[in-house]
Amino acid sequence: MDVQAYIDSGILELFVAGVLSEAESREVQRLAAKHPEIQAEIQAIENAYVALGESMAPKGSALAFGPVGKEIGVETPGVRTLQASRKPWITWAGWAAALLLGAGLIWMASERQRLREDVQVLQLDNQLLEEQVEAAREALAGTDSLMRELRARDISVVPLQGQQAAPEAYARVYWNRESGQLLIDALGLPEPPPGMVYQVWSLKLDPLTPTSLGLLEDFSAEENRIFALNNPNESEAFGITLEPAGGSESPTLEQLYTLGAV
Amino acid sequence: MEQDPLIDRFKKGDAVAFEQLHTNYSTAICGVVHSILRNRERAEELTQDVFVKIWNYRDQYDAGKGRFFTWILNIARNAAIDELRSKSHKEQQLNLHSSFFVDMAEEAEAQDFGVDINRVKELIRDLGKKCHQIIDLLYFKGLTQKETSEFLDVPLGTVKTRNRNCISRLRKNLPN
Repeated sequence: MDVQAYIDSGILELFVAGVLSEAESREVQRLAAKHPEIQAEIQAIENAYVALGESMAPKGSALAFGPVGKEIGVETPGVRTLQASRKPWITWAGWAAALLLGAGLIWMASERQRLREDVQVLQLDNQLLEEQVEAAREALAGTDSLMRELRARDISVVPLQGQQAAPEAYARVYWNRESGQLLIDALGLPEPPPGMVYQVWSLKLDPLTPTSLGLLEDFSAEENRIFALNNPNESEAFGITLEPAGGSESPTLEQLYTLGAV
Repeated sequence: MEQDPLIDRFKKGDAVAFEQLHTNYSTAICGVVHSILRNRERAEELTQDVFVKIWNYRDQYDAGKGRFFTWILNIARNAAIDELRSKSHKEQQLNLHSSFFVDMAEEAEAQDFGVDINRVKELIRDLGKKCHQIIDLLYFKGLTQKETSEFLDVPLGTVKTRNRNCISRLRKNLPN
């Protein structure tokens, strides 16, 4: 650092005059502690300012310390100072109180942090519960609307019996002739093997004419195993066969799982 | 950092050290206050109040932030300016255009300024009006470098260097 250039900049005069910012003043004091030339220059500048200030004092002014000493309670300076009159136990008690207070504050701060975390956990729990309630509510609403559909007046219920391919299997068809809506209750069908899918057929019996009504897609994902399809046909019977994924043009009769007449 | 043991003792509540500091600085502080208030009694009273105040607030003096003299200078200037603005002297404001110091420096001995004018004149010998003005604004009024540059309509850097030149000349005029 170029100390002389720093001194020549004039910053030290502003520093002593007390017109620098706190940060700037701290920087000057820091440099003064490192460089004796700066420290000496500051002292010389202060002496000049002090002399100039003194020259502006009222003529013949004698400022006695007496009134100041009286104000601050020091009648005879030096004989009795405030420091000396203080009893040691008061000092110790003060420190002890400060320590206790400090410890208390730290404890309270940590307690506060802990409580805040607890609240956050509770809020999270609460949110999860709300989500569960919402899901249950939706499921209930779905079941409700399903019940209404099943109980409607004009519905034909067609039980489908298990066939040779799966004697244990059964299913039920709820068919609303008016709207053409068809609900398949497939709870009695086994899970289709991978790559296979159930296909629902509407049958005319004489002559036997199958018409595909659609596939029971995502069989395992549909928890209550109720599938909605549309059936505009004059059906006489319904059948469900197991077909390769994507379905077939005509039913594979060896894989006929269930069948029932209207 | 200032290694003055007097100030350390003062901070610890040593009234003897404080009396010594009062002896060293009270006249200068009174002069600065006097330059603002232009009234002998009020200047002396306020100086006394300032010293009581610095004793009571001695814990707040932080040597890292500046000189002890600078600390009390700021307290005194602020107190004097506050007094100017107080109710009882409502009509008086810190007028940047009028200056006790500059008036005195510029005028002949025609007027009684209530100060030892010969001493002032001796100190500011060869300083010139620009110096009188800039010393008045920065030292006696405590304006910042920026405020001073705006008031004098000169660049910021000029304020610093001009003030440095003025104080350097003043230092040559100091009695040994």
